[in-house]
Amino acid sequence: MPRFTLLTVAFMFFMITGMGGVSMAGDKDPQQIHQWSEEDKKVIRSLSLSSLPPLPPDPSNAYADNPKAIELGKKLFFDKRFSANGKVSCATCHIPEYSFTDRLALARGMGTNTRRTMPLIGAAYQSWFFWDGRKDSLWSQAIGPIESPPEHGVTRSYCAHLIIDKYKSEYTEIFGSLPKVTHKSCPPKASPGTGNAVALRLWKAMKPGDRDAVNRVYANIGKAIAAYVRRIVPSPAPFDMYVEAVLRNDQAAADRAMGPDAVEGLRLFIGKAKCTNCHMGPLFTDSGFHNIGIDYNEDKGRAEGIDKVLSDEFNCLGKYSDAKPEQCGELRFIDSDKSKYTGSFKTPTLRKVADRPPYMNAGQFKTLEEVLFFYRKSSSKEAEHQNLTDEELLKIEAFLKTLSGPLSFP
Amino acid sequence: MLKKLGVILVVVLFTCFMALVPAMGVVSASPKSAQERPAAESAYSKTMVSKEGTFKVTYTSDPEAVPVNKLHSWKLKVETADGTPVKDAEITVGGTMPEHGHGMPTMPSVTKNYGDGTYLVEGMKFSMMGWWEVNFNIKAGGKTDSVTFNLRLQ
Repeated sequence: MPRFTLLTVAFMFFMITGMGGVSMAGDKDPQQIHQWSEEDKKVIRSLSLSSLPPLPPDPSNAYADNPKAIELGKKLFFDKRFSANGKVSCATCHIPEYSFTDRLALARGMGTNTRRTMPLIGAAYQSWFFWDGRKDSLWSQAIGPIESPPEHGVTRSYCAHLIIDKYKSEYTEIFGSLPKVTHKSCPPKASPGTGNAVALRLWKAMKPGDRDAVNRVYANIGKAIAAYVRRIVPSPAPFDMYVEAVLRNDQAAADRAMGPDAVEGLRLFIGKAKCTNCHMGPLFTDSGFHNIGIDYNEDKGRAEGIDKVLSDEFNCLGKYSDAKPEQCGELRFIDSDKSKYTGSFKTPTLRKVADRPPYMNAGQFKTLEEVLFFYRKSSSKEAEHQNLTDEELLKIEAFLKTLSGPLSFP
Repeated sequence: MLKKLGVILVVVLFTCFMALVPAMGVVSASPKSAQERPAAESAYSKTMVSKEGTFKVTYTSDPEAVPVNKLHSWKLKVETADGTPVKDAEITVGGTMPEHGHGMPTMPSVTKNYGDGTYLVEGMKFSMMGWWEVNFNIKAGGKTDSVTFNLRLQ
């Protein structure tokens, strides 16, 4: 009898503790789901908006934080007169209501482009601009599309005349006097940057002083637009509220901020799936260039952006930049080994990613699910995700949906 | 009889304990990689002797804690094995992540020789957390040698 009792007790003990062990290791105990190691807490804090530093200075743009430049930049951003058909502004592709993108696989201005519109969220924190990083400042990026035939399709000379005619007082208040150019000394079709032979011939026929003056106005247009665009920043999303709740050990608030699938997705995102190798920091980007194994249709990406930014007259080291050479570190120490970057594109931010399909450099995928299943299939060394299950991919998708909060902009 | 019961109880309790172990997180698989990180703490020192023993090299980072994904600079102090400053070295630099098979996102270089055996290295940038190897190739006094620093960035 004592033997029976002892065995029974031992068996019951085994059942209780053993079962407890199984349930803790398997399905997540509701009490356990928000438990993070100190190491993990450090990582999730680094992804939270509370880790986003104040807007970084842009030494190449002396007007980056000038309130009047912000105001002018906003007007220019929405002004459709800066286009060949009078119908295209920056906001044609960067639609504020759509997180400053356009829902299209390939951007559409005067014509259709070869790449998707990039999100502008937190752009001020980036080192390189465009999918191939062919620009090294926001102001220099802003003037790129203006002379691009399938985008705005006008010239810098045309823009200079437009500023003289329509924005004289606002411009001079910020940047000083405007050049005294006429349609004769500066034909509106003159430009070295459109790829058009007639435009180039007209440009070369202009006096060097006039060309320089027009370039100066053109750069200043970019500097004003950049002063506005750099203020497009994310506000806290459910994920940020979740991190705050976890850090102050508030289980109820953590539950409210993120569902169990999203929490599991976050665990995968920073752990097994290693997404933070590239999507790091509060903007979920390393601002670097990676070949993720996507079919890039002859688009060599960063491999072609390197020479373009080095030879750009509007780069950080150029005469229209306000920076001292020692402030142009990214450009001076650029990795110029093109062979490493064929088919590499800039890591975009994941802030609000679920709100703004389609995805990738040419809108190759319509949904986040497609993106995640592609990552698992990819054989690229820079995207090793073959070990993820369907269920895990969907949990990561649930997590990505928690990165949508409101945007803040002037 | 009692002794036998005791043995059974010990076995049963041990089994219970083992069933609990995974749940307690005691057992965890160590990550496998092609190249293993050096285990010895000394491998992560900021002062290292070059491969052939020609130079003793010390780095200091500005900021002091090496940042992740941020452009910054290092100062390099180069001495001979007996501690004499090496004032005329030609130095090249490169960094890699052996576990990931990629290098730095920049091409850093020595931009200033202070003339007292210290050198300014600009353009340092480590794109992600983890184990990095930074290699300096040093040429001075007709000798060439290289030194490798290991970094654990977090």
